[in-house]
Amino acid sequence: MSSDEEWRRVDGRRWNELREIRIESGVLPNADGSAYIEMGRNKIIVGVYGPREMHPKHLARPHTGILRCRYHMAPFSTEPRRSPAPSRRDMEITMVMRYALEPAIFLERYPRSTIDVYAEVLQADGGTRCASITAAAVALADAGIPLKDLVAACSAGKYEGRIVLDLNDHEDKYGEADLPLAYMPNLGSITLLQMDGLLSPEELERCINLAIEGCKKIYEVQREALKRKYEVKKEAEGN
Amino acid sequence: MKTFENRELVLPGDVLYIGRIRAGENTYRFGDKVLATRIGLVEYGRGTVSVIALEAGYQPLIGDLVVGDVVDMELGYWYVDIDAPTLAQLSVPDATGSPYSPEIVMPEILDVGDTIAAKVVDLDRKRTPILSILGKGLGRIEDGLVIRMTPSKIPRLIGKKGSMVTMILKETGCDIIIGQNGRIVVKGSSREQEDMVVKVIRRIEMEAHTTGLTNRIQEYLRCWKEGRL
Repeated sequence: MSSDEEWRRVDGRRWNELREIRIESGVLPNADGSAYIEMGRNKIIVGVYGPREMHPKHLARPHTGILRCRYHMAPFSTEPRRSPAPSRRDMEITMVMRYALEPAIFLERYPRSTIDVYAEVLQADGGTRCASITAAAVALADAGIPLKDLVAACSAGKYEGRIVLDLNDHEDKYGEADLPLAYMPNLGSITLLQMDGLLSPEELERCINLAIEGCKKIYEVQREALKRKYEVKKEAEGN
Repeated sequence: MKTFENRELVLPGDVLYIGRIRAGENTYRFGDKVLATRIGLVEYGRGTVSVIALEAGYQPLIGDLVVGDVVDMELGYWYVDIDAPTLAQLSVPDATGSPYSPEIVMPEILDVGDTIAAKVVDLDRKRTPILSILGKGLGRIEDGLVIRMTPSKIPRLIGKKGSMVTMILKETGCDIIIGQNGRIVVKGSSREQEDMVVKVIRRIEMEAHTTGLTNRIQEYLRCWKEGRL
């Protein structure tokens, strides 16, 4: 077995390397906040609306706002074509997104209201739940919704007996384990931790630490994306 | 201990201060740290730290002038969408100045789909904004162009003691109603005038956090007037 440093994954990455990641904020003029993320071959667009009046009204809560999410994969996002109807998996990720983002939002400031997050996967290549959460955090900040911290998400796992960061579709399908994790870097708290497959306790710990490292790198990209919108304007100041 | 320069761009979750200080607007305390909750410019004051938000939704305050759409009505009041977290209410006494009576035909006063300029007179115990259209310049808007802007940037459009808006009014000859909720009604005698105001507002929105904006906008408008754009 070759050493970790020499070993390359199916797409040529090292074990602790992220895919190329690009985030853009404010891409949808009709939404209150939005973001577009490209993470490897993943392409996801997220729109945020609110806080706004809750409909249907019986779902509104008198003491707190509610976060509603929708994760949806476009029919053309996978090969072969996928039914556009929400699947069990879509519903799970919808819930998981909500759980991952809720701790970051001051929902109690918006009683009887709702914040809606819509994530549309245009192209999928493994790790879309993490990419959706990452983009949703940027979109929430872009919408001017008060946040405790940005949420960055990243997966780690085991492929061919090695611990690897940010699994792609192939590694997700044929690997031994996958562990998506969402993290608030400034508060140092994990908001999402799932696991699929088998890991020993030591491997689990290594995976968690590796995923947190990945989240911190992604966090820097999120920051850049949010700041970029204002840099253009900074130049205007110089004139 | 300060962790940023004054008026530096900060993002949600950024640690602004470590130690004892009052957490001002758009910040919160976590242990011994003060963190930002919104994108904005950090401002360190005397014994306080706050963030001037660059992106924020509208949070209604008593006394605000707002522009909204009537979206629904019930016996005795109208529901108005003012881009706040909840719909606002406008009751018959606040619209007509006299108490409700069964003879009143509500759609004749205001109908669903009407755009109104109104004042927030109260927030009830559920924090629903209560509106009134009694007063000068308030009521149904008959014509004009409604455009939107981030509510947190409205103060820049108004300027210090209204300097920016009076300058725009003077230079373009348009009539403008600025709602604190980010909806702006532009009424001019020609489409060109209105388009120019829209352009100016878009520019203010883009450059809201920069200094010397009023002068730059004045120059811009002068260029337009002289036909140099």
